[in-house]
Amino acid sequence: MVPGTLRGKRSNTPLNVTGWRCRGGIAPVRFDLSDDQEFFRETARRFIEAEVPISVVREWHDHPDGYPQSWWQAAAELGWTSLMVPESLGGGSISGRPIVDLTIVADEMGRGVTPGPFMPTNVVADTLGRSGSPDQQALLEGVVAGEVVLGWAFCEPGGDWTADSVSAAAVPSNGGYALTGTKVAVEAGAQAHHLLVTARTQDGLAQFLVPADAPGLTITPQESLDLGRRFAEVRLVGVPVDPEAMVGTPGTATEADVERQRQVMVVLQCADNAGSAAKVLEFTVQYAFDRYSFGRPLASYQALKHRFADMKLWSEASQAAVDGAADALADGADEARMVSVAKSYVGDHSVELMHDCVQMHGGIGVTYEHDLHLYLRRATVNRGLFGTPGDYRVGLSKMMGY
Amino acid sequence: MDDFVYAETDPAELARYREEVQTWMNENMPRRDPVNPWHPTQDDDERSSRNRELQRRLSDGGYAAVCYPKEYGGQSLTAAHQKIIDDVSMDFDMPILFSVPTLSICGPVILEFGTEEQKQRYIPAWIRGDELWVQFISEPSGGSDMAGALTRADRDGDEFIINGSKIWSTFAQRSDYALMLARTNWEVPKHRGLTMFIVPIHHPGIEIHPIQMVDRSEEFCQEFFNDVIIPAENVVGEVNDGWTVASRLLFHERAAVGNASPYTQGRHRNRTADGVEDLAAIARDHGGADVGRHRQRLGHMETLSRVEELLSARVVKGIEGGFLPAPAGSLVRLFHGLSRTERQTVAMEVQGDRALVWNEGEDTGAFGLEYVQRQQACIGGGTTEMARNIISERILGMPREPAADRDLPFNQVPRSG
Repeated sequence: MVPGTLRGKRSNTPLNVTGWRCRGGIAPVRFDLSDDQEFFRETARRFIEAEVPISVVREWHDHPDGYPQSWWQAAAELGWTSLMVPESLGGGSISGRPIVDLTIVADEMGRGVTPGPFMPTNVVADTLGRSGSPDQQALLEGVVAGEVVLGWAFCEPGGDWTADSVSAAAVPSNGGYALTGTKVAVEAGAQAHHLLVTARTQDGLAQFLVPADAPGLTITPQESLDLGRRFAEVRLVGVPVDPEAMVGTPGTATEADVERQRQVMVVLQCADNAGSAAKVLEFTVQYAFDRYSFGRPLASYQALKHRFADMKLWSEASQAAVDGAADALADGADEARMVSVAKSYVGDHSVELMHDCVQMHGGIGVTYEHDLHLYLRRATVNRGLFGTPGDYRVGLSKMMGY
Repeated sequence: MDDFVYAETDPAELARYREEVQTWMNENMPRRDPVNPWHPTQDDDERSSRNRELQRRLSDGGYAAVCYPKEYGGQSLTAAHQKIIDDVSMDFDMPILFSVPTLSICGPVILEFGTEEQKQRYIPAWIRGDELWVQFISEPSGGSDMAGALTRADRDGDEFIINGSKIWSTFAQRSDYALMLARTNWEVPKHRGLTMFIVPIHHPGIEIHPIQMVDRSEEFCQEFFNDVIIPAENVVGEVNDGWTVASRLLFHERAAVGNASPYTQGRHRNRTADGVEDLAAIARDHGGADVGRHRQRLGHMETLSRVEELLSARVVKGIEGGFLPAPAGSLVRLFHGLSRTERQTVAMEVQGDRALVWNEGEDTGAFGLEYVQRQQACIGGGTTEMARNIISERILGMPREPAADRDLPFNQVPRSG
């Protein structure tokens, strides 16, 4: 065998996400981005590369909030918190399909393991824009400016991320309500200025927008597998709120709001995981070109090539599933099913892909020094919060009548 | 030509077309048998004549192979129009036999490489349902190493004399013509000595032997050639440039298998792997107490089906927009093989013991039988291992597998037996 014949034709060129020519040499999330969306995406990527390269991601692990407030305001200036806010309230999307635009950012943040209260702020902003009172909507100006961070207090200890498992109570008191209950894994709970609390009233499920400094509210930061994002436990002991704190109407209307919040959250989780899986695959493929063993690059071994082919398949299929779910949400067509399909597929395959990439790296892949675990930690958290892939398969089965 | 042209089409025009097709199908095509929509007939003669008749009906209505150019009997319409026909026709009995390989694999090869006479002679005959084609490509000596073909075609004036054997041709005994790859020069490396021919199947010197598959069906055949004489005008493309033609044939095969070809017509339904809703009913009626596991299985099956559709669409768009290379069709092929085998497995498990042991007259055994044959989905149309080679080498750019026969005159290449 002639030395060098096993070198890949692109062994010294960095690969992009599709492994092929892409507009401007930078990979698109989806293949149907308009020029405006493409510009938006590229701006997000450059901002992340310049402001939060992986060395900064690691520095911010020790930051009490996980990110500096000034940085979040800079991100907001790029539109990261305005997409889901109606134009009349100071927001606006790029394409008229806000959820699709939002997945563009989520994908880039996944690629960069970028911290920040992106998911809960957008999910709650969406609900305030749709169902909030004018007073509540007035807050959105601050959200759009990056000055106001929002959190969603939903899951409870032992809960399964369904509305049915919510037992926090909102009891009528002094013309308003008193909220009592415990919420866990509240993302950005300790950073949020306002929390959307999902609770039960005598009229059914209801949601309340509660300022973080309300009396009776105790917010305790939790530890997390994800070293970048922050989570907290939120205890409510008779927290008094005005009737005006309620968001939307109790009962079926709120159930629909909660379902929508869950769907938007899951699509963002999946976009984040698809983005980080693509990034991890990209640098692992590069590693396979660069790393020689027995006088050959790893990329020349068929046993490994075939595993890379499977990973490429999972990566592309994950992206397809994210796009399908985002489209379904944007069009309001079959969204429950398509969001479940995305979590069921992407949740499992993105994480499996990363484990396989650890394997491809060998020993260095299981060290703290290597960046792989940062992605794997975050993807594992996304996989499990708001329901596991298995939970969504059960949901699909029920939609099919079983 | 690296990929298909998918013209932009006006949504209003497509909506109108859908209505037109629906009306025409309602009036002219037989509905699928509601009792047994999966296997309308098992009899090969009947299957052949039925498909020809249905193809003729479609053609008379102007809904056969609509992406073919008008001058050869098509309608010069877009892939979007064909997809509408495919969607609407799911409720009807369709001439599926003409879809693959005749219209979607052999067809585009003739369109691309055929002489004007060949196009005029053959294309309208497929579209009208008069002639069914197969591929004489694989050989008993090896399925994946297609360029290693041993069947020989020796030139004698204006004729070629063929000797050798081909295998895995679909339904050859009931078909009319084949595209055949044979070796015309043994002194040059393997890719440079091949030629593609059009071969009439029922022709002196050709023997056809059906192959009995695991389920005892005889869909595939092996052929033996003894001094078969073929006129030189039946060469497709250039003599000794058959690999160029074969590469495009493989491209079209992957597209057809990956549901990304505008030339397929109608869609197969597979009862055990595609009948997700039916399977939910089966789990309800016969699933017993294993509810949690059945739910996981059904949800998994639904996930794979939906993601497969989404991936197909993504890959088509990616190739079209230049974001993915044409070999990205192999992603869809790999996904299909893997998801199909998993879905067959799930379907069998949901059926439970009724897929394994059943009463006379019941058809639940089909689930067990399809499970036993499930690897077919990872073999036919190019193995999943070849797909993985293509993905790693031609999408990710990894080094090619070393080949002992590269640049070696073919008559010096070591071979088995």
